[in-house]
Amino acid sequence: MTPIADIKNAHTMAVLVDNEPGVLARVIGLFSGRGYNIESLTVAEVDVQENLSRITIVTSGTPMVIEQIKAQLERLVPVHGVSDLTVEGPHVERELALVKVCSTGEKRLESLRIADIFRARAVDSTNESFVFEIVGDTGKLDAFIELMRPLGLVDVSRTGVAAIARGLDAMRYDET
Amino acid sequence: MSNAQMNGAQILLKALVDQGVEVIFGYPGGAVLPIYDEIFKQNKIRHILVRQEGGAVHAAEGYARSTGKIGVVLVTSGPGATNAVTGLLDAMMDSVPIICLCGQVPTHLIGNDAFQEADTTGITRPCTKHNYLVKNVDNLARRIHEAFHVAASGRPGPVVIDLPKDVMMAKGDYLPPAKAQHKSYKPQVKGDIKKIEQAVKIMATAKRPLIYAGGGVINSGPGASLLLRQLVQATNFPCTLTLMGLGALPAQDKNFLGMVGMHGTYESNMAMHDCDVMVCIGARFDDRVTGRLDAFSPESRKIHIDIDPSSINKNVHVEIGIVGDVGHVLEDMIKLWKSGQKKADEKAMKSWWKTIDGWRGRKSLEYDRTSNLIKPQYAIERLYELTKDREEVYITTEVGQHQMWAAQHFHFEHPNRFMTSGGLGTMGYGLPAAMGVQIAHPKALVIDIAGEASILMNIQEMSTIAQYNLPVKVFILNNQYMGMVRQWQEMLHEGRYAESRMEALPDFAKLADAFGGVGLRADRVDQLDDVINEMITLDRTVIAEIAVDPLENCFPMIPSGAAHNEMIFGPGDAVGKPVSEDGMVLV
Repeated sequence: MTPIADIKNAHTMAVLVDNEPGVLARVIGLFSGRGYNIESLTVAEVDVQENLSRITIVTSGTPMVIEQIKAQLERLVPVHGVSDLTVEGPHVERELALVKVCSTGEKRLESLRIADIFRARAVDSTNESFVFEIVGDTGKLDAFIELMRPLGLVDVSRTGVAAIARGLDAMRYDET
Repeated sequence: MSNAQMNGAQILLKALVDQGVEVIFGYPGGAVLPIYDEIFKQNKIRHILVRQEGGAVHAAEGYARSTGKIGVVLVTSGPGATNAVTGLLDAMMDSVPIICLCGQVPTHLIGNDAFQEADTTGITRPCTKHNYLVKNVDNLARRIHEAFHVAASGRPGPVVIDLPKDVMMAKGDYLPPAKAQHKSYKPQVKGDIKKIEQAVKIMATAKRPLIYAGGGVINSGPGASLLLRQLVQATNFPCTLTLMGLGALPAQDKNFLGMVGMHGTYESNMAMHDCDVMVCIGARFDDRVTGRLDAFSPESRKIHIDIDPSSINKNVHVEIGIVGDVGHVLEDMIKLWKSGQKKADEKAMKSWWKTIDGWRGRKSLEYDRTSNLIKPQYAIERLYELTKDREEVYITTEVGQHQMWAAQHFHFEHPNRFMTSGGLGTMGYGLPAAMGVQIAHPKALVIDIAGEASILMNIQEMSTIAQYNLPVKVFILNNQYMGMVRQWQEMLHEGRYAESRMEALPDFAKLADAFGGVGLRADRVDQLDDVINEMITLDRTVIAEIAVDPLENCFPMIPSGAAHNEMIFGPGDAVGKPVSEDGMVLV
């Protein structure tokens, strides 16, 4: 049995940062420089007035490494706050993917049927292709893409995970 | 604010003056000409012209570490900035507050591979605490004030401000330093009192306690060093210091065990290994200190005080992590200890001290005193003996064996007196650092304890030292080898001394002469005291070259991959214990 201290788990972290040049490079440089994993990273401005961006990072590591990652992120000067959503309570994770499938005949029909089951929407179509838009957690997207593979999958674009805590908990801007 | 008649360079200078800057170490170039023009026109800030930008950063480090002030550097774009990089990382690793002002090509040329252009913020991002590229003159003053705040507060570190030339020439408004809080950067100064209470409780249960203190105590200011002394007195706990912490507790304090770590004393390392309660104060469980992690102090409950939350639980898991400034936390800790009339078990303490005295009796720093050659340890010992009664003595070092011998055999009674490159281990640090110390303390005796290899890495700064008539003393232990490299080759690679011998060394006496200084040399034991005495009496730059035993190794030592209780004491000891494969890959 692996001791608990050595078990690597995936964690989803939300990082609130000043939206200034180089801030993403600082965060990514921190991960590469210290040898941490990035499984997914999403960033966009979330508050134009306060000039804040939110970065959602899915990373993995032992409990000690995860604690380090959080502390190291908090140490960056433009970082307002870091929340380890995995630890801090229930949260919602969503990802969006655009999936292009090129096929004809039965395969084309099958891809439509599966898209229907997954509640994916066709956002573009030609006689020989579809672009499906699918939203869900990472596992759902993975499953959908796997099913599309034998049906003419040619291209995938994913946004990476966006996450937010359930309930009343929020990353308040004034708090760090 | 209607004073929009200032240009960027004037705003910069005014901001520096308002921040209390007295000295800048720098080197001009195309991109910083407008700034130099403003420096030319004023008298409030003194500019020290170094000979290479790397020297400027180390000089600023020496200045900062010996005064507690912020060191300021000014370099030009491109190669000016890249030459400063080593010093910046050095300051980062050793938590030294530095502001490095870098010239940059004008904003419209950024990204064009312009002449002397470098992506300075990109290059320096991982080796600074923070960096700025100021593209708009209206943000300039605010950014500079912010940079000073970031550099000096929390865990100190270097901050780069990249200054495009057109921004320096553009007209803008000045903004005085504001007390306004930074939006996101708010280091925690005061420690969590509940955790301090828990810590004190654990400390009172100790039977074999140890205080392990480091550079954080010195960075917290002289008051913190006094508080450390009070804590040691109040608890009667033994105390060891890291390389960076030397001077935080007076070397003469009866509870001081000497330095800890790879070349620390036997008593420190054994106490570290065997203690049951460890109080780490402003140190970071560096690999030079811990040795093999899985065998590190296996039985102790650990308490860690650090201003940087990322230092806690980084290498070693601790039971109580207290985030805060050492001075503030120690104040609370001592108060709680005294008010609670806490006392560690007297009988247990007595027996712990007896054990420690037994380890002390091993005299781990002893060396062969019968040799006809000058032993490097003896040279440092004499240097200490002949200077210890002086009021103000500052020591800097380069990196290698001489650095460790200086840490072992020179004794520091005060903080801020020992400037050495601990984290990064930068050869060539000592001479420019000594220069910076001497600028800050013109009347003090400033000695760079050097090796003949390291000193050549920044020897050009002798010219700066000559220009400003600085009476810096360079005390070279010449063993004709990169000694530490040779020692490791002897221990790990069966004595194959690949490229570690220093051939074609200069005549150091002539070198001193060439730079307008005085050259001295001791070859025999009986010449040593005379050379040291002459060196310290001369009010001039002196290079004293001491020809020491070329094959002497630095002991005691925790070999790579070994634990604290597996120290080796001398060459005879090392023979029977081959270094493990795990140890071979460590540095």
